[in-house]
Amino acid sequence: MSNKYIGQSVKRLEDKRFITGKGRYTDDIKLPGMTYASFVRSPYAHARVNRIDTSAAKDMPGVVAIFTGDDIASAGIVGVPTGWQVNFRNGDTMKEPPHPLLVPTGSTVKHIGDPVAVIIADSREAAFDASEAVEVDWEELPAVVSAYKATQEGAPQVHPDAPGNLAFDWEIGNPIDEVNEAIEQSAHVTTLEFVNQRLVPNAIEPRAYIGHYDEVSDKYTLYTSTQNPHLIRLLMCAFVLGIPEHKVRVLGPDVGGGFGSKIYHYTEEALVTWASKQIRRPIKWTETRSEAFMLDAHGRDHITKAEMGFDAEGNIKALRIKTYANLGAYLSTFAPAVPTYLHGTLLQGLYTTPKIHLDLYGVFTHTVAVDAYRGAGRPEATYLLERMLDLAALEMGKNPVQLRKQNFIPSFDGVEQPGYQTQVALQYDSGNYHGVLDRAVEMLGYDEFRQMQQEANQNGKLLGVGFSTYIEACGIAPSAVVGALGARAGLYESAQVRVQPTGKVSVFTGAHSHGQGHVTTFAQVVADKLGIAMEDIDIIHGDSDAVAFGMGTYGSRSLAVGGSAIVKSIDKVLEKGAKIAAHKLECSVDDLEYAEGKWTVKGTDKSISFGDVALTAYVPHVYPQGLEPGLDFSSFYDPANFTYPFGCHIAIVEVDKETGRVKLKRFIAVDDVGNVINPMIVDGQIHGGLAQGIGQALLEEAIYDENGQLTNGSYMDYAMPRADDLPSFELDRQVTPCPHNPLGVKGAGEAGCIGSTPAVVNAVIDALWSGGHKVKDIRMPLTSERVWRAMQEQNTQILHS
Amino acid sequence: MIPYAFDYTRPESVEEALDLLDDDAKLLAGGHSLVPALKLRLSAPGRLIDIARIPSLKGIREENGEIVIGAGTTHAEIMKSDLLKQHLPMFAEGAALIGDPMVRHKGTIGGSLAHADPSADWPAMVIAADGEVVLRGRNGSRSVAAADFFIGFYSTALEEGEIITEIRLPVPAEGTRMNYQKFAQPASRFAIVGCAVVRHPDGSVRVAFTGVSDAPFRDTGVEEALSGQQLTDDVIEAAAAKAAEGVSLNSDHFASEEYRQHLARVYCKRALNAVA
Ligand SMILES: Cc1cc2nc3c(=O)[nH]c(=O)nc-3n(C[C@H](O)[C@H](O)[C@H](O)COP(=O)(O)OP(=O)(O)OC[C@H]3O[C@@H](n4cnc5c(N)ncnc54)[C@H](O)[C@@H]3O)c2cc1C
Repeated sequence: MSNKYIGQSVKRLEDKRFITGKGRYTDDIKLPGMTYASFVRSPYAHARVNRIDTSAAKDMPGVVAIFTGDDIASAGIVGVPTGWQVNFRNGDTMKEPPHPLLVPTGSTVKHIGDPVAVIIADSREAAFDASEAVEVDWEELPAVVSAYKATQEGAPQVHPDAPGNLAFDWEIGNPIDEVNEAIEQSAHVTTLEFVNQRLVPNAIEPRAYIGHYDEVSDKYTLYTSTQNPHLIRLLMCAFVLGIPEHKVRVLGPDVGGGFGSKIYHYTEEALVTWASKQIRRPIKWTETRSEAFMLDAHGRDHITKAEMGFDAEGNIKALRIKTYANLGAYLSTFAPAVPTYLHGTLLQGLYTTPKIHLDLYGVFTHTVAVDAYRGAGRPEATYLLERMLDLAALEMGKNPVQLRKQNFIPSFDGVEQPGYQTQVALQYDSGNYHGVLDRAVEMLGYDEFRQMQQEANQNGKLLGVGFSTYIEACGIAPSAVVGALGARAGLYESAQVRVQPTGKVSVFTGAHSHGQGHVTTFAQVVADKLGIAMEDIDIIHGDSDAVAFGMGTYGSRSLAVGGSAIVKSIDKVLEKGAKIAAHKLECSVDDLEYAEGKWTVKGTDKSISFGDVALTAYVPHVYPQGLEPGLDFSSFYDPANFTYPFGCHIAIVEVDKETGRVKLKRFIAVDDVGNVINPMIVDGQIHGGLAQGIGQALLEEAIYDENGQLTNGSYMDYAMPRADDLPSFELDRQVTPCPHNPLGVKGAGEAGCIGSTPAVVNAVIDALWSGGHKVKDIRMPLTSERVWRAMQEQNTQILHS
Repeated sequence: MIPYAFDYTRPESVEEALDLLDDDAKLLAGGHSLVPALKLRLSAPGRLIDIARIPSLKGIREENGEIVIGAGTTHAEIMKSDLLKQHLPMFAEGAALIGDPMVRHKGTIGGSLAHADPSADWPAMVIAADGEVVLRGRNGSRSVAAADFFIGFYSTALEEGEIITEIRLPVPAEGTRMNYQKFAQPASRFAIVGCAVVRHPDGSVRVAFTGVSDAPFRDTGVEEALSGQQLTDDVIEAAAAKAAEGVSLNSDHFASEEYRQHLARVYCKRALNAVA
């Protein structure tokens, strides 16, 4: 052990490579004999494919092969699977219609961009040109894009075997009768109907895949811009192509961001892998930005009605919710889990609400799949709770900070005091919710702000403050628990720590870095645990041949789960190392202490270094009898519980009275993510998350028209947050260690995105109320026009379209 | 996406460019409007004629009581020009509102006028400053008043085989005041509404809008309401209320027709206040 690196803002080791343009992404890789794929995609959201004529395309220069859905079907390939099963409340299994790699003739395409054929050519340009020469006879059919409308009588059906377009209906919480009764008995009920709009994940690197079948070794290699190479291998081999796993190597080289959208096993991955065997050449497919907008699994898209009941003192008595969750046309890998187990289970929030019930409908529509996008379910839950709290405070004329505090779950450390059992299945690990709120409010200066607000009002300006507190479940996840909830995989992580004979250390992790800085953070942990220099450590990830197994990176799990697996392996290294050291130093293991990279006989100056022990392990001339040579350990870590980061975010906005334009003036975030290994990296994660959450509040939305066309699938029309949309963030931190993992860490990847959205919307509503516009809700994103209209109409509720 | 195949040539002079400019060719200046169209395969020229480096199309100079901006001058060059800061400060300030640094360093004023995006910034400023667009074809040059140059949605008085060579703007009299106000579209940062106002020492005011309708236009309704008046708050309010009257209004998911007209009024008022 040493304390040199943990807690230090060590500069990211990977940044030089990235900043100087030397990253190696899938699209940078060129293999001999490489071919390029381009897809023929549906221009309609819903259409029957009557006929596909590829004859003209086949004769185009450079074309190597063309496959259609009929070719795939005759190869016996059904489609890509779903990794999570949710049941109807009557116990029936969810509807899981096939998701074909290419839609065959006679069948129907179900969202714009649904592919019907693939062209493989000597160059990308040739593939593009030929794909335009494929003639498809489409029979356009009516489409439905809204999850609510899709459940109504007479709505167009997405899948014949999913009546009413329901994938499942589901509930969680207390018995509905008890919740109804508690609502009825409430002194005040705050009611809100709102939309948590659909978002495009927008990773900076579009998806890219290379499938390569090698005849000599009879092995496949798939290069993929993924967040979890092993998971892709498992799904593709076992459930799609039926190829044995040991014949497939999946590599996830440098990956330029994912935000969830690169967790899933996409049809194109399986297709290039399968087709490369048919043509005996490697095939690369790189998505265009237009395709990325259209095809990368989207996020959110809930339509909700929520009612929160309070007693006369403002204590929350009940929460009743009905939500329609849009799942898109096909069930993506984790789609069923997001509105259910990642959303319904977080509806306790930080409050002692005694009665909660969620009535949820998972709905198919003629849109691209919706799956986990940064935060995944938890932003939706937080948005709901925190909008309700601020609105209730306005309605009841209470202070929103006090209203929260009087309803907070009291502090508990999860060691002396037990974890907190919620009404919605989870048990929180440790928490000090008052702490983060008090600190954030102190940074704000509550009374000073209210005074400023009044003065601004007198000067014809509208200022507003919005609060948000959040809790999330990270460190996904205890395998037995998620297994019982429908996960079709375990959610542990693996790590191998290989000490080289010279004492240098190679660490193989199943986590995957696509922007998070694992190479740095993990090396900090290993360096301190072993008391060696960071330069002597290499972190290896993203290669299914090098790393034994892995579940990948999402749900803010890498350090909490992957890091814990590394610590387990280090413990094993040190335990064996001690035996070797004791033998060399001619003492007993109990006489030794390990610090600063050496074992010392307690109370003496006799010691042996880590490097010498490593060398001895590989050159075991003087060596304990019966002990195996080598110093190389693998571990799997299966967490005991989720981890529960929490925090408080506060936004201050100014609203232009004449135009409705919102200017974010200040943003305060106090987050508790447990122990912190690298504060700079955590701050960076918070910053990025805040930008995304604020982006949802003010700017972003994927807009389908009623025919299912995506009307804003480009950066000219889809507004992403930019630096000048954001103030300089004011951050602080509280540390409540996670009681159940060895590093005491909770996870920081999603926090910023979870807490920030409602704070901004609440601030705008507060600004409007301060100007006498008693508006309950404005649909996100809060475009200037929507805010302006809200001020015009003075109405109480702007309903969703 | 990727464009269709095309040939690429880089002539040394305008004459050479004109020789190459047949109906299968397209001029390439900064490429910041053309290249996106090529990549989406919305435009499919057989040949690109790269005029970005032709020396005679570049630079800003004063000549016979006019400021002359070469068509190939980039937004960034305009932003930094001392001559413009002195005589037509609205141009230097307005340039800074276009896109981001990359767009400003590649995109050109000539390309912007030729492309005639209904939300582009330059057209409003050039119209309000009473500019002329100089066009050159194989048979010589002609000059078109900016107010007549823009015909409709992406369409201009530019004829086949013509190149914009320069923009000529009268040097304003001492005491002229001018201002450009822009409400930017949050994604593209083009103008949802852009209002340019030039107030001459004799009291006359020219007002032009971009972003509001299918083409930029001079707003004579507002100008008339201001005619012969002091720019008091009431006069400005009343004149601005006439903004964009009787024009067909654009609409998109950031701004409906009604809201756009409202913004035109607000931004007109703000621009007028700035020159009052
Ligand atoms: C991200 C982004 C943001 C932008 N934001 C803004 C903004 O806020 N405001 C704004 O006004 N613009 C904006 N633009 C557009 C930008 O200003 C363009 O550069 C400009 O509109 C076109 O100029 P260009 O030199 O790039 O022309 P090109 O793209 O090279 O050409 C455009 C068209 O004009 C023709 N052409 C070019 N030069 C001549 C000439 N001398 N004579 C005749 N025809 C010619 C070409 O053949 C082509 O048809 C933005 C562009 C991008 C990519």
